[in-house]
Amino acid sequence: MSISSFSIAITGAGGSGAVTTGLILLESMAHYGFYGLLNRSSGPQIRGGESAVFIRFDDQEVLSVNNHFDYLLALDWFNIERFIDEIPLGQSSVVIYDSNAGAIPEVLQKSQAQFMPIDFKTLVKTIHKGRANMIGLGLLANTISLPFASIETSLNKILGRKGAEVINTSAQAIRLGMTTQQEAVSWPVRSLATHIEANKARWSITGNEACGLGALKAGVRFVAAYPITPATEILEWLSPRLEKLGGGLLQAEDELASINMIIGASFGGVASLTATSGPGLSLMLEGIGLAIASETPVVVVNVSRGGPSTGIPTKSEQSDLNIALYGCHGDAPHLVLAPLNIADAVNTTFWATGLAEQLQTVAIVLCDQFIGQSRAIIDQVVVPQWETSRVTEKKEHPQNDYQRYKITENAVSPMSIPGTPNCLFTADGLEHNSKGTPSSMSQDHIEQLKKRQDKLLKFDYGTQWAKISGSGTMVLITWGSSSAMVQEAAHTLKQDIKVIALRLLMPLPVEALVKELRNSKKVFVIEQNQGQQLFHYLHSYQSLPVDAHSFARSGPLPLRPAEIVAFIKEQL
Amino acid sequence: MTLPIKPKAYKSEIKPVWCPGCGHFSVLSALTKALAYLQIPKHKIGFISGIGCSSRIPAYVNSYGFHGIHGRGLAMASGLKAARPDLHVIVAGGDGDGFSIGGNHFIHACRRNMDMLYIVMDNQVYGMTKGQASPTTDPDWVNKLTPHGSQLRPFEPLGIALASGASFIARGFSGDPSAMSKLLVEAMEHPGFSFVQVLSPCKTFRPEQVQWKQQVHTAFAESTDDPILAAQRIHGDDGMGTGIVYQNQLPVWSLPHDTHEDTDIDAIEAEFLL
Repeated sequence: MSISSFSIAITGAGGSGAVTTGLILLESMAHYGFYGLLNRSSGPQIRGGESAVFIRFDDQEVLSVNNHFDYLLALDWFNIERFIDEIPLGQSSVVIYDSNAGAIPEVLQKSQAQFMPIDFKTLVKTIHKGRANMIGLGLLANTISLPFASIETSLNKILGRKGAEVINTSAQAIRLGMTTQQEAVSWPVRSLATHIEANKARWSITGNEACGLGALKAGVRFVAAYPITPATEILEWLSPRLEKLGGGLLQAEDELASINMIIGASFGGVASLTATSGPGLSLMLEGIGLAIASETPVVVVNVSRGGPSTGIPTKSEQSDLNIALYGCHGDAPHLVLAPLNIADAVNTTFWATGLAEQLQTVAIVLCDQFIGQSRAIIDQVVVPQWETSRVTEKKEHPQNDYQRYKITENAVSPMSIPGTPNCLFTADGLEHNSKGTPSSMSQDHIEQLKKRQDKLLKFDYGTQWAKISGSGTMVLITWGSSSAMVQEAAHTLKQDIKVIALRLLMPLPVEALVKELRNSKKVFVIEQNQGQQLFHYLHSYQSLPVDAHSFARSGPLPLRPAEIVAFIKEQL
Repeated sequence: MTLPIKPKAYKSEIKPVWCPGCGHFSVLSALTKALAYLQIPKHKIGFISGIGCSSRIPAYVNSYGFHGIHGRGLAMASGLKAARPDLHVIVAGGDGDGFSIGGNHFIHACRRNMDMLYIVMDNQVYGMTKGQASPTTDPDWVNKLTPHGSQLRPFEPLGIALASGASFIARGFSGDPSAMSKLLVEAMEHPGFSFVQVLSPCKTFRPEQVQWKQQVHTAFAESTDDPILAAQRIHGDDGMGTGIVYQNQLPVWSLPHDTHEDTDIDAIEAEFLL
């Protein structure tokens, strides 16, 4: 990351407007010419609880969290101890807080940050219906040299539906904040240099929206799902947009229903998807096995949260790898893919949908809360021209000799879609012969098991199985949302390091991975779960050197680049 | 009347796994007769089921079938019908599949009132696992798993269907296939969720059900659209009365198919531009 990268945290009680302030700041900085990444955190309350936003800015695409925060705007101290683990502060950090909010909490006093009290109470009184969060936004804007003109556009966009009066009052409060700071106190002010190429198209998008977009672009037109945190936004984003494209969303009574509904719709020839999180994925497993056995393509996006059981619904963890790989009973080969970041979520979900359709199987997209519920400013994503179509049988078979599960060269059998005359079949989760007739004969079982595995293993997944960067004898292997942090750790170490961020987890591209590790001397496997799930998985294929190191730590705190660096240095 | 597509044409070459004398054979015949009566093109039928003896039926019918997993037939059928409203969707299964493991889907399928036919072949026993109590079994029926009987009041399928919003509710008897065939025709012609409970004896594990022939009686010669009258009929009946208990025109759920011709994926993508 460049030297102009910096991070801001905003915290406050429910109703203090911390999240809105963060969103306005993110988009204002975007208009000014910056990139940014905004993660959010909230307390356990359904609504009205304390919340926090964490934003990192940079003059290039920013995907990773920083090691510490440069600024903390605390609109109050309400339950701040719940967030403090998520807001590491350093010597140069500045904490802007309300001088009327009481003593600085003990947890914060321990930090070496500089504390800047602001008399929000008095300031707010000078503006009719004024709000402290907007004054705070003004203070921050001035501190980082963000001009008011850039704020104005995003203010209109984000607060637009609240009406002109709210916008005017907010604008007044922001201006007040921008002038107050100069008079009251002085602290390090950043002068920002912007480097965005003129006319470069950029997006403001969340990971959940990105998953939805990737699915739509790949042709998904039917979704059935049951709401669950932190996946719900995928569904809410998709619902009206599916309708605009002639498809639709069916709200299921439970996850057992949603997986079976999309199997039914896909059997009907429509590319179908569901989105869920750990508990929902657990419920769907029997249905996933059915889709695998009956060779019905479906996509399951799993936005991971802390587990097991109900776990931590609002926070991130990469601990659903095992269930995604091994959850099904029987030998049930399928696809497991993981987006590496918000922008990559568009492409990876697109790719997963295309693979599921082509290979007539289940694709599980392992996303997580960190990617899903974060918003980023990114360059417009252009999806490569990947194949997405299903091989269908259009020829009529008046002699009733259509073989739905015919053994073919690439082990994929053309699928007849209901409505096609003289091409009838009955799909089945019972083991079956090539015609689809139930069979418990060993020969049919062996043949069909092999077919379902062969079609995955014979397929050419190209070079996008992983994002590989750098070269060197030290190799860092990672997956999913940790990839950005690992990438930044490698950058910080300033050595020749190769980073392999896996997108395709099943089937594991063993040969390609082993080839990439051929000249390695030190291998680290880095992931955000307690059980070293990826490390054990890679070892089970004997794809790692015996002395490979594992750095695995549970969520919900994101892996920070500095702790990855520290671990690696310890092993050298 | 000569039919271009004969009932036999709807029967597949696959030999059923059912025991000799099983009531389900008659259901299969009644269904194929009903399909022939309506002349529904075989390739326009989506025939979905879960798991159990009766759930094997899609493979025995020449149609597009899906023999899914236990209890989830209605969910799969709802997805199929939502995505492909042009298809004639039929779901079949047993009392365990539909009322126990699939009970929640039964309630919500009734609520949604999507246009499909749901046949439950009710023999008050789990046959495929060789004789355990199902939700419709009498409380004192002794078996290996519950040696004192289930000691539970039987589930009331018709009452639950009525309370949950099904718009066509009927009971038939496999021992009277011609009446049942007519019932299935009416059910398929009805726009909405049509639930038909078919009393279908299990000769193997409930041999005493051979008595049903004497006990079954036509109870509902005329259907009613009055839910209060229907509730009275259901509660006043001994569980052996046949006919259409209730039929009403209720809102049918389907995906809102108002495609905006001017919307394409590029317009959706443009929402993200700064």
